[in-house]
Amino acid sequence: MGAVFRREVLSYFTSPIGYIVLAAFYASSAFLFVASALQSGSTQLNSVYSALFVVVLVLIPILTMRTMSEEKRQKTDQCLLTSPISLPSLVLGKFFGAFLVYVMSVAITLVYAVVVSFFAKPDWTVIFGNITGMLLLGGAYIAVGIFVSSLTENQMISAVISFFFMVALYIIGYIAEFIPVDWIATALKSFSFATRYEGFTYGLFDLSNVLFFLSVIAAFLFLTVRVLEKRRWA
Amino acid sequence: MIEVVNLSKQFGDIKAVDHISFTAHDGEILGFLGPNGAGKSTTMNILTGFISSTDGKALIDGIDILEEPQKAKARIGYLPEQPPLYMDMTVKEYLCFIYDLKKCKLPRNTHLADICRLVKIEHVYKRLIRNLSKGYKQRVGLAQALVGNPNVLILDEPTVGLDPQQIIDIRNLIKKLGKNHTVVLSSHILSEVQAVCDRIVVINQGKIVADDTEEHLSKTMSSDHRLYVKIEGPREQVFEVLDDVPGVEQITDVYEREPGVYEYRIQPEDDRDIRKGIFAAVAENGWYIVEMKSLELSLEDIFIRLTMGDSLKLKKGAK
Repeated sequence: MGAVFRREVLSYFTSPIGYIVLAAFYASSAFLFVASALQSGSTQLNSVYSALFVVVLVLIPILTMRTMSEEKRQKTDQCLLTSPISLPSLVLGKFFGAFLVYVMSVAITLVYAVVVSFFAKPDWTVIFGNITGMLLLGGAYIAVGIFVSSLTENQMISAVISFFFMVALYIIGYIAEFIPVDWIATALKSFSFATRYEGFTYGLFDLSNVLFFLSVIAAFLFLTVRVLEKRRWA
Repeated sequence: MIEVVNLSKQFGDIKAVDHISFTAHDGEILGFLGPNGAGKSTTMNILTGFISSTDGKALIDGIDILEEPQKAKARIGYLPEQPPLYMDMTVKEYLCFIYDLKKCKLPRNTHLADICRLVKIEHVYKRLIRNLSKGYKQRVGLAQALVGNPNVLILDEPTVGLDPQQIIDIRNLIKKLGKNHTVVLSSHILSEVQAVCDRIVVINQGKIVADDTEEHLSKTMSSDHRLYVKIEGPREQVFEVLDDVPGVEQITDVYEREPGVYEYRIQPEDDRDIRKGIFAAVAENGWYIVEMKSLELSLEDIFIRLTMGDSLKLKKGAK
């Protein structure tokens, strides 16, 4: 796992992708911070975090689009899949590589919290709740992105499908409003990333939401392993 | 050691590999020869655990690649048809990555330096793989297979894209490696297999059509003693005269090689020497023999005959 992880992180920063994702996240989060906190004289960062959801939605497909697809296209997967490492550790290496870049981008919000702390005492529990929420949400989306990437050889297709998949998971709760059958609506709502994430932005630390995102991560990484395994048996 | 028993692979309706069996012993270089699409790469991909087989077994040093893939894979160095290189890494970064990936225990710096010296890539060690020429990329691919000093080396067309000097270097290297490794090498270049391999397995349409040493192969196949004669003279008359020469069984083909010069391929009866008879007959009629040679079957011809679905099928027992 270590080798794949190191290579993955290296590849983000030998190509422009890592820098672009970081720059885009820093710029858009800074704008949100200035507009919704500094300008209105509020020390509450909740609105910044909830607005960041959309930024995450756009950036994560870019972060994950090449994880698996590029390996397949360049045929470097032949090297990975014939080396003596297990498929789960391969997928985990990929996941943590992308996750590290994501953590580096989310870490910028700590700077905003420090800026705010010069004006008033910030509510650190809310901020850490928010950061935890962001990391869980991002982790889940990264797992989804890696899974989609493993299905195709084309980065662009991977990015576009991941994006729509992620949007679908985001708005699934709103779609549920239009479904007259109660139990289907409830079931769909429970998959809504937006609702699950919202709790964190209020500073609510709901264990069921934490478990939800962790399960999504596990489920999609497992599915990715299965896709790789299936390719072997095809 | 590699043992392949009754291996098959089916892609939908297509049988890519059809019940093949062969063994490669320690210290042996096995040449895997076949036309494009014969199933060479598929077989190699199965041997290395990249894809599974539909049926049959592949054992690496006695370990089943399907049942204990990690253990078996640790014994294999694999150079696929297209070297699996990360273009965004330097040679050094790449080889270190492979070193980590294979969980290699040998001292890192000296081991990698040894390999680089062996495949002659020391002077590009710090360059980006993207910027290397095809020949160097191929060598980095070979270096990658050698990391960890695996027992078994599986090389899929290792000399593709190299210049003649590099080809000779790599062949010598493979020969050297063959002394203490099991090497399976695939190629559709016959001279390569001829130059490097101890044993040759010819595969066509997923089936093994020959498994023998090169010497044996040419011996068994050259039951053909046809004579090639180029004669300047009127085609039809020459044909009739040649046909009447004692000892000529049949004239199999006639080709026009130059204006007025035809090449006749003549099959003698048994092993009779018909050269003098032909010379006399042609001279008598005032025509000229421009060239005369007896056909020696090269590996090339054997290969073509084997893969053209010729009735001459070779089995191990033909030795």
